[in-house]
Amino acid sequence: MTTPLRPDQTPPLTMDTFLQGIWRENPVLVMMLGMCPTMAVTNSLRNALAMGLATLFVLVGSNALVSMLRSLVPGTVRIATYIVIIASFTTVVDYAIQAISLTLYGALGAFIQLIVVNCIILGRAEAYASRRPLLHSVINAGGVGIGFTLGLVMLGGVRELLGSGTLLGFPVFGASFQPWVIMLLPPGGFFVLGAWLLLLNWLRGRQPGAAPTPVPVHNHGR
Amino acid sequence: MAAESIPFIILSTLFINNFVFSMFLGLCPFLGVSAKLNTAWPMGVATTFVMWISSLSAYLLNRALVAADLEQLRLIAYIAVIASAVQLVEMAMKKLSPTLFRALGIYLPLITTNCAVLGVALFQTTREYSFLQSMAFSLSAGAGFTLALLLMAGLRERLDLVNVPKVAQGSALSLLLAGLLSLSFMGFAGLGG
Repeated sequence: MTTPLRPDQTPPLTMDTFLQGIWRENPVLVMMLGMCPTMAVTNSLRNALAMGLATLFVLVGSNALVSMLRSLVPGTVRIATYIVIIASFTTVVDYAIQAISLTLYGALGAFIQLIVVNCIILGRAEAYASRRPLLHSVINAGGVGIGFTLGLVMLGGVRELLGSGTLLGFPVFGASFQPWVIMLLPPGGFFVLGAWLLLLNWLRGRQPGAAPTPVPVHNHGR
Repeated sequence: MAAESIPFIILSTLFINNFVFSMFLGLCPFLGVSAKLNTAWPMGVATTFVMWISSLSAYLLNRALVAADLEQLRLIAYIAVIASAVQLVEMAMKKLSPTLFRALGIYLPLITTNCAVLGVALFQTTREYSFLQSMAFSLSAGAGFTLALLLMAGLRERLDLVNVPKVAQGSALSLLLAGLLSLSFMGFAGLGG
């Protein structure tokens, strides 16, 4: 990807550079990327938020670096280079979280280190940051990171509310509430995300003149 | 944890803590390649092979890194090994079966970013498994992943023939299906003590 940029390859910086990752191309709800951390750490709102912010940091940091190095990295080894860059930022986050809160570190477990293999980050680096200037890449990565956090929070909020009757640790329902433990367990993650997708599909279908449903990535195999 | 016996590790990673259904690892290929049985099968085998190679190298690498007191480089070293292993599988498959290579498409290089593969390497390190335990762990993790892929592919092949409401088509339905499978795998909890 070392070909020089043609003028038409870099569209002007618009609000959309930032916003597309948040809603229209939301990584969790539309693109179905980064599913593993999405499911695994969303059993409480706090974990979801922490995971989202950690990923946001790695995403913005690595995309900035990829964008700065884009004319130096030879095309044949670019994926390996990106992975090493992402792994370095993840190591930083890993040690930072250990220093900030050991409880949080224990709750997120191996999934902090697994940020390396979050396909959202590599996907953004390859599809966007490797051919755009620094400012574009950082703003776009910020949008995608916020979109990812939003998706995690939507999942984590529902699962914590139904599974333990609390939000961020504060009880919401009265003492008579019987928690839906299944929502905290693995099947709950699948069910809640499935339900969100059903709801969004339904809303999209009701919108007059709605944009056609984007094809989720994982249907390309068909 | 290091005292776990080999049969227990195999049983545990295959069913009780199945990588896909209870640890949420490897979900992208699980949802992506599970549309047809004849692509799910080779994908499972390829992933298992990569898991085994990277588990083997991760074990040796970890000993070297600990000896050299360079543990902060562990993550970077692991991912480099995995990327090379995937490259190897990709080259082999291109040579041996070009049709299969095309069918798997983008999901073959994406094994690198399959969290199940890195997961195996990381978990065996944190649980301080011995060499034999690591081998048993990586092979049964791969078998468990293949099992999940095959189950899902079988179900989705049937679903293609069914009239599904428009709102539930695609990923929403796959997720609900995965939830049901995961629910049934919870039945294995408590097995083997």
